[in-house]
Amino acid sequence: MKALTLCLALILAPPAFADATATGDLGLVIERATGSLVLIDRSDHAALGRIEGLGDLSHASLTYSPDERFAYVFGRDGGLTKVDLLTRSIAARVVQAGNSIGGAISDDGRLVAVSNYEPGGIRVFDADTLAPVADIPTQGKTVGLVDVPGRRFAWAVWETGEVFLGDFSAPTPKITPLGIAGANPFDAVLTDDAHTYLVGLFGEKGVAAFDLWDETAPPRHFLTDYGKTGTDMPVYKMPHLQSWAFTEGQYALPAVGRHEVLWVDRQNQAQTASTPVHGQPVFIIAQPASPFVWVNFATPLNDVVQVIDSRSHAVVATLTPGKAILHMEFAPRGAEVWISARDDDKVLVYDTHRREKIAEVPAAAPSGIFFTARAHQPGL
Amino acid sequence: MLRVLPLLLLAAPALAEVAPDRAAALRHMVTQDCGSCHGLRLTGGLGRPITPAALNQTPPEVLAEVILDGIPGTAMPPWRPLLTEDEARWIADYLKDPTP
Ligand code: HEC
Repeated sequence: MKALTLCLALILAPPAFADATATGDLGLVIERATGSLVLIDRSDHAALGRIEGLGDLSHASLTYSPDERFAYVFGRDGGLTKVDLLTRSIAARVVQAGNSIGGAISDDGRLVAVSNYEPGGIRVFDADTLAPVADIPTQGKTVGLVDVPGRRFAWAVWETGEVFLGDFSAPTPKITPLGIAGANPFDAVLTDDAHTYLVGLFGEKGVAAFDLWDETAPPRHFLTDYGKTGTDMPVYKMPHLQSWAFTEGQYALPAVGRHEVLWVDRQNQAQTASTPVHGQPVFIIAQPASPFVWVNFATPLNDVVQVIDSRSHAVVATLTPGKAILHMEFAPRGAEVWISARDDDKVLVYDTHRREKIAEVPAAAPSGIFFTARAHQPGL
Repeated sequence: MLRVLPLLLLAAPALAEVAPDRAAALRHMVTQDCGSCHGLRLTGGLGRPITPAALNQTPPEVLAEVILDGIPGTAMPPWRPLLTEDEARWIADYLKDPTP
């Protein structure tokens, strides 16, 4: 009898999961001028709602909790906001510095680190509560902050060129200087195997590679004389290295101040090719499970996206998706790419095989697009 | 001849003239393109703050020059390939006084 009542109760009670939302195919689009986010459904090509009140989102980025429920949004005004995708609301928010540039979540999802311009340095927070955990000052603006396995983070300093590895696995953080990358690092990226931390330089030619599997190894420099034969153009937008393309045993890198994508052999760092492109590359992103990389460009040539075959290094498609293309995000298995067209107030969805537009999602001055699948990728 | 000079000075417009469409495009450019280094609210980023308060010691002619020629050895690029002198001056005035 007891069992029967229980059964009845179970049948009669509304199932708790009736309006639960699975987050695996959701994403957030940053509306940079209005300080808001659009929650999108990747499968439905739909905007589900808007989350407001995130402050100044110029140059904003975000990262996800391991359960894909929360996003940590890093705003320009130093705001760190924890957004709940299920309730579509702000779960917590701290203004932790005057001016910040980006952030990262630790491999175990317990810590969120923010990279600051003013005052410079790294601040680390508890991912649950956003309570402060550590404050690591630097001699300047921090750039290229990434998570490194073992509750660690790496970063570089714009003014001094220093690179640091911070270990936050014990109550007292251990900060190890890894050496000098060079003049004015503008961004950095960690290879997919977390072996090499690649730091792009603005103040001099080249890229510095730090071996994170051997902290005593000195950095190696490569691409130190690219484009020697031509003159460099003014740089109207710093390239980004996050989601830097690693494909066909190569790195595909933006040539700073030039209309070129550079190809470097992953084994020996020798330049293997360069591809003349439409403008100065901003993002160079590999289409997952394919030989292709997609490139967008700095203003004023930012209405074009090009696709390059990493085997031939040839441009195989030139698309004009819309005005002021700021970012591209691939579906994790590569079937689609979502492209933000800031001055058209739209996000465009392209089929990557036909390279044709299949949908549009409205968003106000969209910049970064972030799918929840990032939760499971080191370095994102 | 000497008398012409003060007249010329008087005749110099307080604000550089640009067509209304172009002014709208320039405003957009300041927010978005200058904003990518100086912050959308111009409160600073990789580049320093360029708010009216931050620039109140700098005359607009000097700002216009910085905009056209950039600051060599830093990340501030020269905008001469994209802007006329009048447009640079218009931006300089706009930075100092963004009220329409
Ligand atoms: C690629 C990055 C970048 C872009 C884009 C950029 N700037 Fe700058 N700007 C800088 C940097 C860096 C400095 C500071 C240089 C230094 O260290 O002195 C600067 C300095 C300045 C200054 C001097 C400030 C002072 O205190 O004297 C002005 C004015 C200025 N920028 C205006 C602009 C305008 C207007 C635009 C858009 C048309 C623009 N900048 C776009 C990077 C940039």
